[in-house]
Amino acid sequence: MRRATADNWLVRYLLIGIVFAFIFIFLVFPVCVILIEALHNGFGFYWDTLCAEHSLTAIRLTLLVALAVVPLNTLFGISAAWAVTHFQFRGKALLISLIEIPLWVSPVIGGLVFALIFGRQGWLGTWLDTHGIQIIFAYPGIVLGTAFVTFPFVARGLIPLMQSQGKAEEEAALTLGANGWQLFWRVTFPKIKWGVLYGMILCNARAMGEFGAVSVLAGSVEDRITVPLQIEQYYLGLDQGMPRAFALASILLFLSVVTLAIKVGLEWRRLAHNIIRTH
Amino acid sequence: MGVAVNHISKQFGTFPALHDVSLRVERGELLALLGPSGSGKTTLLRVIAGLEIPDEGQVIFADEDVTEKSAYERRAGFVFQQYALFQHMNVFENIAFGLRVIPRKNRPDSAAIISRVSELLKLIQLEGYEKRLPSQLSGGQRQRVALARALAIEPRVLLLDEPFGALDARVRKDLRKWLRHFHDQTHLTSLFVTHDQDEAFELADRVVIFNQGSIQQIGVPAELRKNPQNDFVREFLDV
Repeated sequence: MRRATADNWLVRYLLIGIVFAFIFIFLVFPVCVILIEALHNGFGFYWDTLCAEHSLTAIRLTLLVALAVVPLNTLFGISAAWAVTHFQFRGKALLISLIEIPLWVSPVIGGLVFALIFGRQGWLGTWLDTHGIQIIFAYPGIVLGTAFVTFPFVARGLIPLMQSQGKAEEEAALTLGANGWQLFWRVTFPKIKWGVLYGMILCNARAMGEFGAVSVLAGSVEDRITVPLQIEQYYLGLDQGMPRAFALASILLFLSVVTLAIKVGLEWRRLAHNIIRTH
Repeated sequence: MGVAVNHISKQFGTFPALHDVSLRVERGELLALLGPSGSGKTTLLRVIAGLEIPDEGQVIFADEDVTEKSAYERRAGFVFQQYALFQHMNVFENIAFGLRVIPRKNRPDSAAIISRVSELLKLIQLEGYEKRLPSQLSGGQRQRVALARALAIEPRVLLLDEPFGALDARVRKDLRKWLRHFHDQTHLTSLFVTHDQDEAFELADRVVIFNQGSIQQIGVPAELRKNPQNDFVREFLDV
């Protein structure tokens, strides 16, 4: 039997064509450009750029930021998902919506908010200044901005997952004498671990690539620059700016590919798992 | 003595689930809570296990008031309607769970855990199924694993929520006989919830008839049939 929607081959090929054109123009083409431009001056130049002082400092800072942000947001995501699925409280729906705010707000605005709070002219500026604590234009500020932008990633995946699993197994564990700690590690966590990992990977990818919020909070202090900001610096620089910028960008590209591979792997694993479960 | 609840009341929002319920389960007794769905029987079971906190009243195990104690301190064996087996653990680990979470100083060593689980597997006639996952078991087998898991902690009382509800008719009959036999051997104080009259009357020493959150009548099966105390009991039992 032919389905009505499958009839028009023209529409079909047109739509498929549009999708492929989009993917090519917006994904494949830029990726090729990055790689070609990065290697424009030869592999030696590429390697030297990656090993340059500026690049290494930026890579180190980016890794340090991710190292703080990912655990922070994982902890937050699990807590939020646990609270939403295990407790009844007022404002639950509101909380779920609020978690998503960073997805709607421009990252630059997110960065500005923290600048307004912690900056020299900000609410807490004078107090922080007199106590010698620097947040804006320093590591804590970059972490704050990045954490803000990436904070829904773990929670958003876990909430529906934990809601669909219900709390029957947790209740069973309780009646069998498990305390809260044992309950979480022996019963809840094994059921959500792939979801947690999935969220962490997305959070990590976003954290390392974040530009907007960080550009407000990091300013332009030389050794307080993350990879995306350093890419901009190279790009604006006069001496071989393009190849340098693209060389460093290839690091982020590499990260994206790895993230994508892990993500596909996890999805595949989850699918296989579900098939085993239901048969 | 076994288990008692005194003047238990519980509301969910504005819905009164339990209203001034008092009940004693004698030591070694098998008691059925019988009533239509939504009558509050499961809620009462959950209050006894500590999974729901009553608004008023006390729960007593032996002579100890456990009302303020959390579920994990009560040692009440609970068999859930949908079994709630740990899907990621095999049969052995499911049954061993309650032993593995005992505080270290009282926890049996691994040899003792193995021997206890083997004993229980024998009791539920599932020897050789240690490595199976719950998803690889039939309904009746899952049910028995859930029971063994609850028994592993040597519970002070055994609570069963619609224990045969999800099984087909033949398995249900077999398990019913098996449970009665099991109870006659162990005399573990037990309380089970059902909406099936035959099940309650065939299995239980005494039956508690429940409706709209309160007890309508308590008695041995013959007495309930002979002297229904109100219209609800008369109609529900169809006598």
